[in-house]
Amino acid sequence: MLFELERVEYSRDGRQVLDDLSARLPEGVTCVAGPSGSGKSTLLRLLNRLADPSAGRVLLRGADVREREVLALRREICLVPQLPALLEGTVEDNLRFAARLAGREPDVARLLDLAGLAAGFAEREAARLSVGEQQRAMLARALALEPEVLLLDEPTSALDEAARGAVEATLLELRARVRVSIVLVTHDLDQARRMADWVVRVEDGVAVAEGAAGEILGTAG
Amino acid sequence: MPAGGIDVSLGEVAASLALVVLAIAVSIWRRTELEGDIAVAVVRSAIQLVAIGYVIQAIFDEDSLLLVAGLIAVMVLFGAFTARRRARRVPHAFWPLLVALGAAGVVTLGLVVALGVFEAEPRYLVPVGGMVVGNSMTAAAVALNRLGDEISDRSREIEATLALGATATQAAAPSLRRSLRSGTIALVDSTKTTGLIFFPGTMVGMLLAGADPVDAVRLQLVLLWVLLGSVALSALIATTLAYRNFFTAAHQLREPPQP
Repeated sequence: MLFELERVEYSRDGRQVLDDLSARLPEGVTCVAGPSGSGKSTLLRLLNRLADPSAGRVLLRGADVREREVLALRREICLVPQLPALLEGTVEDNLRFAARLAGREPDVARLLDLAGLAAGFAEREAARLSVGEQQRAMLARALALEPEVLLLDEPTSALDEAARGAVEATLLELRARVRVSIVLVTHDLDQARRMADWVVRVEDGVAVAEGAAGEILGTAG
Repeated sequence: MPAGGIDVSLGEVAASLALVVLAIAVSIWRRTELEGDIAVAVVRSAIQLVAIGYVIQAIFDEDSLLLVAGLIAVMVLFGAFTARRRARRVPHAFWPLLVALGAAGVVTLGLVVALGVFEAEPRYLVPVGGMVVGNSMTAAAVALNRLGDEISDRSREIEATLALGATATQAAAPSLRRSLRSGTIALVDSTKTTGLIFFPGTMVGMLLAGADPVDAVRLQLVLLWVLLGSVALSALIATTLAYRNFFTAAHQLREPPQP
């Protein structure tokens, strides 16, 4: 099992965000699905220790994530937040920054291609891209680390329908080209149905169901 | 350097209150509601300056470097308390400020004495120390104020950088750079324009006291350049020590961005 969450609790500003939550997330594409405010994004942040639970454990392949060196963990288990937040400079600057963290030399053209961006984007100022382009640049930047797992927080929520379909296609294609597991947070059950092998449904800070996507969500329709 | 000889009688001091009356009149007329503050400012400035005047006189009479060190330590302490109020969004800002002001004072005074710019006498160390601590306090307060805003306004960007496995230092680097810049830029700008659109205080004071303009200018240049160094040092130390308080040991933001 890739991730196991064991009786995890997390509260913020006096509100219980995750309440005795237990869930398993296998390799492949897992969707964490549920309504807004149900604690999905918080769950995702626990997986690469952007936050730690106040109680319970998060296991990565059977070992507590807190036993791992946190920076190395985040370079293997890389999170792309819901809203793009690139550094100042060009797209290539951003890719190089990430690659350097992992001690790599980035293949900029290939990274852009994997994220569905034309090679010309390398020289573009990150701040001047559209939200959809920035989101793809964020994906390319995460891929520059060559992570084992990508944690994607609502990667299409800021996009219109056409752009959403294109990003989904990019992610599915990515799975075919690169060995990477994906944990994708979404409030959109149709997206979960299209993308996921495995689904964890979260409501009010509790995992209410988990299993193969077909079992949990039924077939499209 | 010439000691200068100017006598200001109490009557002359009192006469300058006419300008305070003007300030209060403007406030009342235009309803800026600053009358109370102006009055408080005038009373406080009189009491504080008279008191510090006696303290400085006592230190000069004693001619004791230990007393100089004590006075500067008190200034550093009050400076750190005052600056902390401007840096409310920075957790535990007091210690970084105290270290920054203390280090700026010690290093700057130590250097000017070691380089032979001033002699190690209370007559030089007290006024220069006061200017150094005062300017360092402003710079550190402005820098930390900006740092608090930066880290809170850019928490998404910072966390996105942490999410790649960057250290807290790497993730905060752009914010630190901007904070350090805003702490130092005011003095850099005023140094650039000095003599053109404003006359700095030391020079004004020396000219009023009857000093030779060339001497006044030389002393003013020494002080401006000394202050540039101390202000940069103070803002650097304050921001470098303070930014860690925004992060946990595991490179997590203590106040993560709102979802």
